[in-house]
Amino acid sequence: MQNISRRGFMGKAFGAVAGVGAVGSLVAMKKTWDPLPSVKAAGFTTLDMTKYPEGELITEKWRGKPIFVLKKTAEMVASQTATQKARDIVVGGSHFMLCIGLCTHLGCIPGYNPAEKAFLCACHGGQFDWSGQVTKVPPPRGFDIPPFKIEGNNMILGEVGPEYQAMKDSGITL
Amino acid sequence: MAHFTKATSVKDWLNQRLAIEKVEKVMASEYWIPKNINFLWAMGMVLAITFALLLVSGIFLLMYYQPHVDHAFYSVNFTIMRDVGYGWLWRHVHGVAASVVFLVIYIHMFTGIYYGSYKKGREMIWISGMLLFVTFSAEAFSGYMLPWGQMSYWAGMVITNIFSLGGLHMDGLVEWIRGDYVPAQAFLTRFFMLHVLLLPLAIMGLIGLHFATLRIPHVNNQDGEEIDFEKESKKYLAGDKAGSKVMRFANDFMSKDMMVVGIYLIFFFYLVFFQYEFALDPVNFDPADGLKTPAHIYPEWYFLWSYEILRPFSVNIGLMAFGFAQVIFMLLPFLDRSPNAIPASRRGAFGVWFWLLLIDMIVLTAMGKLPPAGIFSTIGLVAALAFIVLWIALPFITKNEKKA
Repeated sequence: MQNISRRGFMGKAFGAVAGVGAVGSLVAMKKTWDPLPSVKAAGFTTLDMTKYPEGELITEKWRGKPIFVLKKTAEMVASQTATQKARDIVVGGSHFMLCIGLCTHLGCIPGYNPAEKAFLCACHGGQFDWSGQVTKVPPPRGFDIPPFKIEGNNMILGEVGPEYQAMKDSGITL
Repeated sequence: MAHFTKATSVKDWLNQRLAIEKVEKVMASEYWIPKNINFLWAMGMVLAITFALLLVSGIFLLMYYQPHVDHAFYSVNFTIMRDVGYGWLWRHVHGVAASVVFLVIYIHMFTGIYYGSYKKGREMIWISGMLLFVTFSAEAFSGYMLPWGQMSYWAGMVITNIFSLGGLHMDGLVEWIRGDYVPAQAFLTRFFMLHVLLLPLAIMGLIGLHFATLRIPHVNNQDGEEIDFEKESKKYLAGDKAGSKVMRFANDFMSKDMMVVGIYLIFFFYLVFFQYEFALDPVNFDPADGLKTPAHIYPEWYFLWSYEILRPFSVNIGLMAFGFAQVIFMLLPFLDRSPNAIPASRRGAFGVWFWLLLIDMIVLTAMGKLPPAGIFSTIGLVAALAFIVLWIALPFITKNEKKA
């Protein structure tokens, strides 16, 4: 009886040591897989919004991802429906479609067809219109809009400004 | 302490310390294999040999490969392919073996399904085999990242995005897996680690488990006959080799096994020397570019069937169907409700089910390679639905099966 309880105590003591060790190791392993501080620090990009030509899709880069910038033409701005207008970003009086250029299905880069003013994703056949709204599945939603902050004619990607916060709160982007 | 005597020979010296004769008996000469089998029973050895080829060729590739986003592509396509003496041989062996190993795995799997080799005590053989299939899939995927070409990058992007789990939007998990917002240096190095160390270790451990699961139930035979291995092996050892239903693993079975391996190796090296292009996708000979998606992304042929189950649906349903396809094979021993462990040809409706499943997977594979448009989209959708229906129907079909 004496022996059994001693052995039981030793087993429990080892279990406690091993448990603390296991949890500690898992925390360290998880943290080691995290993105490095240098990766996170490089996550900001400033765009000068005055340089974009009207009606032409320009691809920028932010956090290694393509960013689609389309300065809308006067007809586009005039013809916007309510949902298209909700995604509209205005900087210095110009209207922009700005989004992460990755299909919201599994992350391929859709191609832009200027004649049809629409995007087609070659991977699984998803389609988007020029305002970034999805028009054909499988993508579950329109293009995501990156966190942005407007400062004069510049736009800082990666920082959250009031215009972006409003879009996020109303569920226009994730 | 054990008693040791002066050794009469090297063998005796080893025998006293390691019991090598006993080990040889347990592992080979008195490990019993049924006689009533055919060449499909050699696929296990073919797989073991192919794994050895992957290991050896991988060791030589590892001497010159550089897991860095700026150097990986050139270390593979320039250094290994042009500078290193016979570097091309190791790469072609590695690439062809990675593809062929899946062909043999599928043959091995469908042989098991056809002969009911996952029943009556053989459940763990099937489960450990399916775990091997999963780790081999992870090994193939991680290896595909390493040349850092366009297909590497975009397959890495698409497959890691699956972990956001659609409507759950677990983007943090995806970034954690990648170690960056997109596949970059951290991603390449950790997949390199997985490919050359962690996954091969897991595979070797699972191969050991897979062999161990065979020990007690033994290998199945062509008629699913329940053999009394104890009695039959005694008969064999007593000299009635012709009357016994079993034979030694070595050298009896091994001699035939290695004959099949020999034929296989001639076919394998024919592919390595003359038909290696099928294992090297031309799109992957463009260096990775995060700002340009290739016109048409598709996985290697052995993943096409499960990719095609993902593709025709909206994202959440697609992911559920994909998840279903990944785990459902594992549950086969429990979904098959029939007690009969006999070939599918003698099991009525199950025989039809077997061939429908095989044909459906071939159709899914073909459709997965084609662009997702028009009639192919429709055929793909029907085949994906058929896959799910077949598995849901399995317990009902087998429950009503007559006892053989």
